[in-house]
Amino acid sequence: MFDWLQHIADWLIYNLIGLKTGSKLGDALNFFFYDTIKIFILLGLVTILMGIINSYFPIDKVRDFLTRKKLYGLDYFLASFFGTITPFCSCSSVPLFIGFVKGGIPLGVTLAFLISSPLVDAVSVAIFLGMFGLKTTIIYVVSGIVLSMIAGYILGKLRLEQLLTPWVQELLKNQSKEAEVYENKKTSFREKLPIILQDAAAIIKGVYLYVLGGIAIGALMHGYVPTGFFEVYISKDNPFAVPIAVLLGIPMYSNAAGVLPIMQVLVQKGIPLGTAIAFSMAVVGLSVPEGLLLKKVMSAKMLVIFFSVVATCIIISGYLFNMIL
Amino acid sequence: MIQFKVLGPGCTKCKTTYSNVLEAIKQTGIEATVEKIEDIEEMMKYNVLTTPVLMINDEIKIKGRVATVTDIIELFKNR
Repeated sequence: MFDWLQHIADWLIYNLIGLKTGSKLGDALNFFFYDTIKIFILLGLVTILMGIINSYFPIDKVRDFLTRKKLYGLDYFLASFFGTITPFCSCSSVPLFIGFVKGGIPLGVTLAFLISSPLVDAVSVAIFLGMFGLKTTIIYVVSGIVLSMIAGYILGKLRLEQLLTPWVQELLKNQSKEAEVYENKKTSFREKLPIILQDAAAIIKGVYLYVLGGIAIGALMHGYVPTGFFEVYISKDNPFAVPIAVLLGIPMYSNAAGVLPIMQVLVQKGIPLGTAIAFSMAVVGLSVPEGLLLKKVMSAKMLVIFFSVVATCIIISGYLFNMIL
Repeated sequence: MIQFKVLGPGCTKCKTTYSNVLEAIKQTGIEATVEKIEDIEEMMKYNVLTTPVLMINDEIKIKGRVATVTDIIELFKNR
């Protein structure tokens, strides 16, 4: 799909600028030019596509849907699925959490949504596509959804309601049974489109610096770090590699945009793909700032349980990836 | 007199919305009050799911995204 772009990159770097094919600087520049343009094209396509899907399933509608239907377990799937197409800035996580639980959606289902939303979003899907190709992207998306479902289900079974902060418990006790009316204003696609494009532009504007930074670091490593360099340290045979990668990833706060381009190069240089994906999931899905926000609604104990369950699920999927990929 | 409320816990998007409201008021010279609600417990009374939220005279107008200056001017013109 992007062969034409590779030709342009080759022509620009090796012919026009005149760097030698195979030279470190030439390879690094070629990588940077090619990947930057490819990623931005994909970012544009995926954010617009997800924006279109999302405009038909806005968050209020999703909540309404999950509240009203008794779904016998399917709600875990739907919450995780809708989490992937609903963009939200991390500062919305608390209002979302309260809004869901107050509407009568089970805690586990709400958490499934909260886990999947940052884990699989337009930006990470676009960058995965650009960096690892379609097959790996599908595996990532499907496993992200499954992981959120399982983690949400386990957390739901743990009956953590009494570990919510007092004001949230108070809120739940007094929850109004009245169904909130969701106004379904019919707007035509033509009316929606400018907002969809505006939102897509805002998402890209929010991450472009991370993308450039990530690709620049990736490009330098691509050119200057020898292939197989990391194999010595992190090989498939090392049973502790996955948990260590996940534990290292949690305190790191970045988004998919900054981490994935670096990840791709690490994989080229010998880190197993499963370990790399687990690390990326830990960086993107769990973070200290998110924990601080969630502290408003969860007691410290609950927060620790939440992080541990999700981290364990990520570690297990890391092992699974290493086995099947 | 128009009453604006911007709801949001203080992320960049919320701050941008707030300053856009101020800008819209400045550009049009209308009489208005602007209130910024950052406390989550207070925010939940308005039953919002995604922030930032822009309210005009206690009615939710825009939620989950930054309201641009043009958006805001449009909104209170068509009020």
